[in-house]
Amino acid sequence: MAITVSRPKLNWSERLYLPAIAAGMAITIKHFKNMLFGRTKVTMQYPEEKWDSHMPEHYRGAPALVRDDTGRVRCVACQLCEFICPPRAIKIIPGEIPAGDRFAKVEKFPHEFDIDMIRCIYCGLCEEVCPEQAIYLRKDYAITGFTRADMVHNKEKLLEIGGVMHGVVLKWNEKK
Amino acid sequence: MLVEHEQEHDYETLMADPATSAQLVNVQINGVWHQFPKGTRLIEACEQAGSYIPRYCYHKKLTSPGNCRMCLIEMGLPKMGPDRKPELGEDGKPVINWMPRPQISCAQDVSEGLGVRTDSPLAQECRKGVMEFLLINHPLDCPICDQAGECRLQEFSVEYGNAESRFLENKVKKPKNIELGPRVTLDDERCILCSRCIRFCQEIAHDDVLGFIDRGSHSVLTAHPGKRLENNYSLNTVDICPVGALTSSDFRFQMRVWFLKETKSFCTSCATGCNTIIGTRQDAIYRQTPRENNAVNSSWMCDYGRLNFGYLQSDKRLLQPEILSGDKLIAAEWNVAITHAAVQLKHFSGWEIAILASGRMTNEELWLTSRLAKILGVELIDIVPRQGPGDDILLSTDRNPNMNGAQILGVTRWPGARLRDITDGIISGRVKALVALGENPIEIGLTFAQLQALPAFVVMNLLEDESISAATAVLPSFGFAEKRGSMINGKGRLQRLNRSVRGPGEARDDWEILRDLIQAYSGQNSETDSRPGGIHSIEDVFRQMSESFPQFAGLSLSKIGDLGVQIFGTEATR
Repeated sequence: MAITVSRPKLNWSERLYLPAIAAGMAITIKHFKNMLFGRTKVTMQYPEEKWDSHMPEHYRGAPALVRDDTGRVRCVACQLCEFICPPRAIKIIPGEIPAGDRFAKVEKFPHEFDIDMIRCIYCGLCEEVCPEQAIYLRKDYAITGFTRADMVHNKEKLLEIGGVMHGVVLKWNEKK
Repeated sequence: MLVEHEQEHDYETLMADPATSAQLVNVQINGVWHQFPKGTRLIEACEQAGSYIPRYCYHKKLTSPGNCRMCLIEMGLPKMGPDRKPELGEDGKPVINWMPRPQISCAQDVSEGLGVRTDSPLAQECRKGVMEFLLINHPLDCPICDQAGECRLQEFSVEYGNAESRFLENKVKKPKNIELGPRVTLDDERCILCSRCIRFCQEIAHDDVLGFIDRGSHSVLTAHPGKRLENNYSLNTVDICPVGALTSSDFRFQMRVWFLKETKSFCTSCATGCNTIIGTRQDAIYRQTPRENNAVNSSWMCDYGRLNFGYLQSDKRLLQPEILSGDKLIAAEWNVAITHAAVQLKHFSGWEIAILASGRMTNEELWLTSRLAKILGVELIDIVPRQGPGDDILLSTDRNPNMNGAQILGVTRWPGARLRDITDGIISGRVKALVALGENPIEIGLTFAQLQALPAFVVMNLLEDESISAATAVLPSFGFAEKRGSMINGKGRLQRLNRSVRGPGEARDDWEILRDLIQAYSGQNSETDSRPGGIHSIEDVFRQMSESFPQFAGLSLSKIGDLGVQIFGTEATR
């Protein structure tokens, strides 16, 4: 079904266009004046200045693995992020936590966890799908490297970016 | 068997019809009348009628204990008049007296005039309640549970369960990660006490080692003290476990099931040829599971066959064709290696050559082998018999999957009868060339030095063994999961292998190697000059083979189908 959008009814001054052009010009001149006296600045002097403090709360940067307050790597290698990842950037090789380990109750951990940052599209589906609150998109945006291999973040690198996440659910403690 | 009831058919005449009333009974399922043979389980009847009833403990190949209560339905019997005849309603069908309480459909056979409501408010409420009880103590293990993705509890929880738990108390703690046997790992917290594994061990494997101990919420599955679940069929309990309580120690944590590509195939570890599904991802095999075929293996397979695929992924795989140059083997191009082998064989006349074929080859390969023998003029050809301990469940004493094929296709009449002649001929020096196809000649009693003394020793195999370094030409071939082809099992059933992974390195399909060898030796592709068309695909091999052997008449690889075709003998139903 086609939707008909009715055109707004313009009054006489609006149809003349000239007042609107004058108003727009006034704004432009105001900005020009501010620039001239150094009151506004539009160019950020990157990389001397960084984006970091300007980043919005919801910014999606590099995905990273986190530890919780107990020091455990949150990831249990369920491979749901590997499954959901649209560009197939994630590769996980699961391992078994040996009996006697502090976290033996969890049984499974990521033996290897690689994210190919050339492939990653920063969509955040890995964070959304994770049932263990283990992977988060951090605010890191300057992901560079000299080789393709440099651009693959391994488990150590991911944990380094991720750091410790406070306030996550501790579902693997002994009482649960 | 399901017969849709014709609307205008009068109930009385149906009852009076001897052909139908003898075997078939009328059952009303969700308001529609159907006919089923006497003795059909109600849960099966409903499934056939298109109303699947969820179940945990019921398995159609096992007895029904009725302990999970998931298959509760509303049921009613025909209302009887004073004359002990069913009262008929306005539509001419019996009026049903509905029972006030729900019944389990897995322990109930269909009977005349039975009425069932599988989706009534009462049945829905029952399922919801059962799901809530089952999930009370169930751990939140799904992210690490191997069953996730093929878990009945997950599936029915989505379909019939509640989104949230009302349980506020602490969950009951039970033992986790127990080695129940050498191949099975048990997690008691995940167990929903359906008893399928216990019944399987009693009824199918005849090794009654499992049972429940303790009571109420503390009930756990365990092996009898001092015993382990170590029979050769133990991994079937993992397949039938509806949840992740029993997991395969071999497959544990290797790969999530939703990544696996499933290919229908059959097991080549013995002459039974159990139908299987091969689970692969990115050209790696992760597991084999049985596939139902009531003419071969019911729903089961033995652990030995199931786990016998690791060799396809071993470091010992031959990856590159090699030829002898000077005194050592060097890598060669395929056409060079094939030509080299053919030229070597041309130096000898037929009675100086022996062919050692294998009962592990497919029909197509065996047929090409017999053609090769004919073209070379070889009389000395045999396969290596392979025996092992069998049982009266599935495992056959004949460990060659295609001994019948070798006999039908004329490669050998009495398998193993000419092996003695081959070894004697080589030792005496009368036989100067040996073609070993998928077999290690050292296993039939030859020594490395005797093989090395042969002027020509052509090997087509997939694994490197001690005889390889004595070869003059090495032709790496494919394993059972890497190729298409057919085999005939011990009971005369023709079955089809499907390709589930690509072969490693430069290895090639066996039939291609044999075809090229024949072509390089004889200079022609087709069997005889009179027969039109050469061999360009495995279908061509099968077509030409079926022209010479009446057993395969009218068949093709695609016509064999997923369940195979009985070409001789009788179907053994279990």
